[in-house]
Amino acid sequence: MSNGSGNGFLLEGVRRLGSTVLFLIQLLIACVPAFARPRLLAHQIYNAGARSLIIIMLSGLFVGMVLGLQGYQLLQRFGSEESLGIAAALGLLRELGPVITALLFAGRAGTALTSEIGLMRATDQLTAMEIMAVDPMRYVAAPRFLGGVIAMPLLAAIFSVIGLFGAQLIGVQLMGVDQGVFWSQTQGAVTLRDVREGVVKSLVFGVACSLIAVHEGYYAAPTAEGVGLATTRTVVASSVLTLLLDYVLTAEFL
Amino acid sequence: MRDVHYAIGGRPIFSGLDLRVRAGRITAVMGPSGTGKTTLLRLITAQISAERGQVLVFGREVAGLGGGEVYALRRRIGMLFQNGALLTDMDVFENVAFPVREHTDLPEPLIRTLVLTKLQAVGLRGAAELMPAELSGGMARRVALARAIVMDPEVLIYDEPFVGLDPISLGVIMRLIKHMNQALGITSIVVSHDVRELASIADDSYLLSGGRVAASGSPAELRASDSPAVRQFVTGAPDGPVAFHYPAPDYAAQLFGMEGQ
Repeated sequence: MSNGSGNGFLLEGVRRLGSTVLFLIQLLIACVPAFARPRLLAHQIYNAGARSLIIIMLSGLFVGMVLGLQGYQLLQRFGSEESLGIAAALGLLRELGPVITALLFAGRAGTALTSEIGLMRATDQLTAMEIMAVDPMRYVAAPRFLGGVIAMPLLAAIFSVIGLFGAQLIGVQLMGVDQGVFWSQTQGAVTLRDVREGVVKSLVFGVACSLIAVHEGYYAAPTAEGVGLATTRTVVASSVLTLLLDYVLTAEFL
Repeated sequence: MRDVHYAIGGRPIFSGLDLRVRAGRITAVMGPSGTGKTTLLRLITAQISAERGQVLVFGREVAGLGGGEVYALRRRIGMLFQNGALLTDMDVFENVAFPVREHTDLPEPLIRTLVLTKLQAVGLRGAAELMPAELSGGMARRVALARAIVMDPEVLIYDEPFVGLDPISLGVIMRLIKHMNQALGITSIVVSHDVRELASIADDSYLLSGGRVAASGSPAELRASDSPAVRQFVTGAPDGPVAFHYPAPDYAAQLFGMEGQ
């Protein structure tokens, strides 16, 4: 009995994975003509990116401030509190920036995408497009997916910059680390490789989170309950997948 | 449609359906809820394909069409959805302009003229700036009708156009259906269960029951029919060939069984 339900669970998982991968392929094909609609794409970048700015900037500031406090306490034990800038910059660029941005993105933009597309499905809007000979994959799914993929690295970059500013605020202004030392150490230690790690991670997270959000919305059951469930699944799946991919990518970069 | 078979989840919806829609006429497809009227529309618009039998649209079999051909076919068909299915992020004008913008490269002034003409035809030129959420049910359906005719289709399909409308909106929609057919020569397929409304506008009608056509002919012929299934549907008797009760175990046995628990 337990074996049977375990098999069922596994099968369902594999089915879901297969359906998502197939959806990604269709989506990538539909992305080519989506570039021919710059206005639609710009609107989606605005939706996913610009409208997430406030939450990203606020979170970045607070995460940076916490990093400044904790980092200072820790580094002080070894008498190397001048290295606070390095710790904060590397932590933000390589880890916290991409990961926390992706988690916030899943909660803010991902849920919005899923419920919007799910409701379009529930109110026959997607079917109506098909009948009007307009492919909803091209018109609805692809621009939203691309918007998320493009917005994510930009948001992560902004998160890291604001976070570094927050760490500086605590370390330099409050704890008294020398400002010149803070920045020169940071500048000396951060390499292009670190920046690249952050950009690659946020791009991968952008693809993963946007794909999940659009896929869940597109195949949501056309009921109030179905859209609600799909939205929940978007947050859960995006968050878990982001952390899993983060481990894989970190191991790859080291 | 010839001898069409279709099942959803093992439950047969159609078993040997034969139905013919004549060009330039209004054909009514009636039937109790759950007889697959909406499924029929999905077969015609190639959203699904029949398991057996043929669905021919404009003389071509739908099942064999490729993706591009399906879209070419759909451009010749307009469809009115039960709830309108307007795109909620655009205003009324943009909703009607949507198919034109997607399928043609017409200059903006021409699109404007075209859209305003169609909105005038459904009497909603003044509502062009409104968003779908600001429309009443009847207005949303009229906007959807304007959108369905903006590309000048040869066939117009109406899915339950009378459901949930007040008597005035209902009269408006009925007059529009008749008008679209007479003035523009559009072949119309109206799927509904409102017998009286259909009788006044339809040229031909089909009554579906049990996965096949139970009766066909002009509305008058249908009303004169003495088949029990047709009679029940036309008169609206609660019990008859279509049972009032969903299949259930014996009433008394179930009640006493419950008591024992």
